[in-house]
Amino acid sequence: MTQHADTAPGPHERGALHELADDPASRKRFLRMVGGTGAAGALAIFMAACGDDDDSSSNSAGSGTSMQEPSQAKGDLAIVQYALTLEHLETDFYNAVIDAGVIKDMALADTAKMIRDNEQEHVDALTGTVKQLGGTPKRPKTNFDAVLEGGEQMVLKTAAEVENLGAAAYLGQAPRINSKEILAAALAIHSVEGRHAAALNSVVGETIVPDGAFAKPASMAEVLPKVKPFLA
Amino acid sequence: MSHDKLAAPELAAIDIEGMSRQAFIMRGAVAAGSVYGLSTVSPFVRAAIAQDGGGDVDILNFALTLEYLEAAFYTQALKGVSDLSGDAKSLATELRDNETAHVDALTKTITSLGGKPVKAPGVDFGDAFANQKAFLALAQTFEDTGVSAYNGAAPMIESPEVLGAAGSIVQVEARHAAAIRSLNGQPIADGGFDKALEMQDVLDAVKPFVKS
Repeated sequence: MTQHADTAPGPHERGALHELADDPASRKRFLRMVGGTGAAGALAIFMAACGDDDDSSSNSAGSGTSMQEPSQAKGDLAIVQYALTLEHLETDFYNAVIDAGVIKDMALADTAKMIRDNEQEHVDALTGTVKQLGGTPKRPKTNFDAVLEGGEQMVLKTAAEVENLGAAAYLGQAPRINSKEILAAALAIHSVEGRHAAALNSVVGETIVPDGAFAKPASMAEVLPKVKPFLA
Repeated sequence: MSHDKLAAPELAAIDIEGMSRQAFIMRGAVAAGSVYGLSTVSPFVRAAIAQDGGGDVDILNFALTLEYLEAAFYTQALKGVSDLSGDAKSLATELRDNETAHVDALTKTITSLGGKPVKAPGVDFGDAFANQKAFLALAQTFEDTGVSAYNGAAPMIESPEVLGAAGSIVQVEARHAAAIRSLNGQPIADGGFDKALEMQDVLDAVKPFVKS
């Protein structure tokens, strides 16, 4: 993705974006809608996205809040890829925890399954969104062996950390999303991540609102190093 | 798009690096709507894009009204519910403090944008404080509705800074909702996506508790 230095985000953000969204596939100019409806009330994301029918060598700005049309779609695509990476990581984590039978408490194990199901819905919706934006959905390889070996308490503590981080990550991106429809979808996910975070904080004896009355955002540059240990 | 309701009409012209957010938003929505028809949009997104927020100050005043309601709700509950358990009491205290902080922050933001903050509404919560069960049931409704209200209104916000602030509040409302739901023995979320509500639907939902 070619980015214009004047309007692109800071160097850390750009680096993170490149890492997660190195997908400069050229796109036809289009307006497209995503219909990801499932039988059981799953999400349908509606979006209008303007792509560039040129290659990525245009002088358009990169991600973020630049308001040139081709770059808007590119910026949003990078953000959705990033969110998809985090959701894959969360889904893989809960699947690993459930498969390993680490959580002995039945009620907690059920909560883990419910959260896993939510995360899987997020993966499905975001995968559809990436495709509709003309991108190729990325699936990271993950490894949670070290956490699983730590036993139930470490698993729950890690789950709480991951959920708080995920909620902060969405909050960090929301003001940078150009498409109103993608923003609405991201917000619908963001608050559910907040719910997960509060529930897991309670489980591990932490306050439901670690930042007080105002949740703090986290940038890509802040989030990526924290999830790196889980990326194989 | 009409800005009749704008408390501060100049906000409509706020620029985000060269183009107002609203202009961008409307262009995309109108173009897509004309191609596909908005009827096919899923309900939560449709609610979020169907409304004209009337400008950031109006949205913030809408939020302020809800936060006033919530703050009053927990303040009265702490005085009025006689059988509050320790857990419910400490949660209600934390939530009251959070909602009060939201009221303060929204009031200051509206003022700093040149708008006039709405006054606290008169409130009447009926029998909600008869016992802990009734209180927690209505608390769940308030918190879930609050989440959906912010999620519905946020995409209308023009300023990235105001959007960030709204996001930081809605995440806290979602955390409240999860905690109340846990106390009620309910799942912490209804599926993977929180609904968005239009402002009018939210106002209709809270109307029974507002005394003018």
